[in-house]
Amino acid sequence: MSGVRLLVGTRKGAFILTADAKRQHWEVAGPHFGGWEMYHLKGSPVDPNRIYASQSTSWFGQLIQRSNDGGVTWTPVGNEFAYDGIPGTHQWYDGTPHPWEFARVWHLEPSLSDPDTVLAGVEDAALFRSTDAGQSWQELSGLREHGSGPSWQPGAGGMCLHTIIVSPSDPKRIVVAISAAGAFRSDDEGVTWKPINKGLHSEGIPDGDAEVGHCVHHVTMHPSRPDVLFMQKHWDVMRSNDAGENWFEISGNLPSDFGFAMDVHAHEPETLYVVPIKSDSEHFPPDGRLRVYRSRSGGNEWEPLTKGLPQENCYVNVLRDAMAVDTMDECGVYFGTTGGQVYASANAGDSWAPIVRDLPAVLSVEVQNLA
Amino acid sequence: MIRVLLPAHLKTLAGVRGEVDVEVVGPVTANAIVDALETTYPALRGTIRDPATGRRRPFVRFFVDEVDRSHDEPDEPLPSGVASRKVPFIVVGAMAGG
Repeated sequence: MSGVRLLVGTRKGAFILTADAKRQHWEVAGPHFGGWEMYHLKGSPVDPNRIYASQSTSWFGQLIQRSNDGGVTWTPVGNEFAYDGIPGTHQWYDGTPHPWEFARVWHLEPSLSDPDTVLAGVEDAALFRSTDAGQSWQELSGLREHGSGPSWQPGAGGMCLHTIIVSPSDPKRIVVAISAAGAFRSDDEGVTWKPINKGLHSEGIPDGDAEVGHCVHHVTMHPSRPDVLFMQKHWDVMRSNDAGENWFEISGNLPSDFGFAMDVHAHEPETLYVVPIKSDSEHFPPDGRLRVYRSRSGGNEWEPLTKGLPQENCYVNVLRDAMAVDTMDECGVYFGTTGGQVYASANAGDSWAPIVRDLPAVLSVEVQNLA
Repeated sequence: MIRVLLPAHLKTLAGVRGEVDVEVVGPVTANAIVDALETTYPALRGTIRDPATGRRRPFVRFFVDEVDRSHDEPDEPLPSGVASRKVPFIVVGAMAGG
């Protein structure tokens, strides 16, 4: 029986939500790791039963959990994320040098071809790779050491590497994004890196057009066109048609171009989804109305999707990794909120219904298609 | 054998209930006990001490016989009641909100 499985990370545990292909009736399993912050869970595209999960607390640090049976049972694997060499310093909030210190894993990106290989984006910002199913981790230190590292500064949520995109057409090409440094690309499997922020403009930094220093919130792409990247920056929704070499704004008629989450329709590479948030100090939707905005033209022209979503007194946020799309014939779209709701649309966003309403604050949502 | 009482989250990780016993060879110190815990229960590696620094995590506390030993030198011998099993070595998740 075909269906979908949602992997939901929250502030106080992980939940696994499953449904058949109609995506109307859901089973909820969890909490797994109750009481722990589950920043991200993601399954291997090669073996969907292989799932990696980032588990942490301020008390007991970071663990990585691995499941080989679709999230029924879990095994803790390697949790030592040692920076390569002498890590040096980055800028602190007050502009002074601050030593690089590992805090947590924000994002796990399993390989497109090998279930034992997985990338991890961490705070303080760096990229690690495991090739033994998470048992050991090695830093791809060319990113942190490429030259601009000492000038990176933390965003309000910490200096995190939160986005990892591996090109389906060229596995040597990796794009990452860091708050608040910007986007970076490697074309040699993570050995060397360069900033790809030309065209970004940020008012919160001294040189608004600087090569690095931008608070990129999320980057996404459609697998059929890996050179077309879409970005939700702190403010501004952006697009690149050349793998990040140049960016241009596509915010168009959005009610606010601040936000975190963003995704692309599974079958329509020019159909995008964002969730506008009022501002960087008011992390809730404009007018208390939770609206997903969809563009069917690759940006600039956006339509609000409201059917089934609360249109009054709604003051939740949708975080950067908390939106996902499935690849069913009629594309499913999912997102979770800081109010603990997980919403699903089985018709590409035309209408929505909550799967669950009262989870802890949702940090991440990923979806797997099940054969 | 040394008696150790873990906080609930670490018991879950280690897959144990109640007190656990660990074998410590040589002086009974906080570091020696945590070394023994990590050897016996590999899932606990890095949860009590930061692997980068080897230091006790800030929100973890060590109590012995109603005294906070968190700020003692971690290689300093603990009171004899720990070695004689009169009292457990208690690992505590500090009250820090959440």
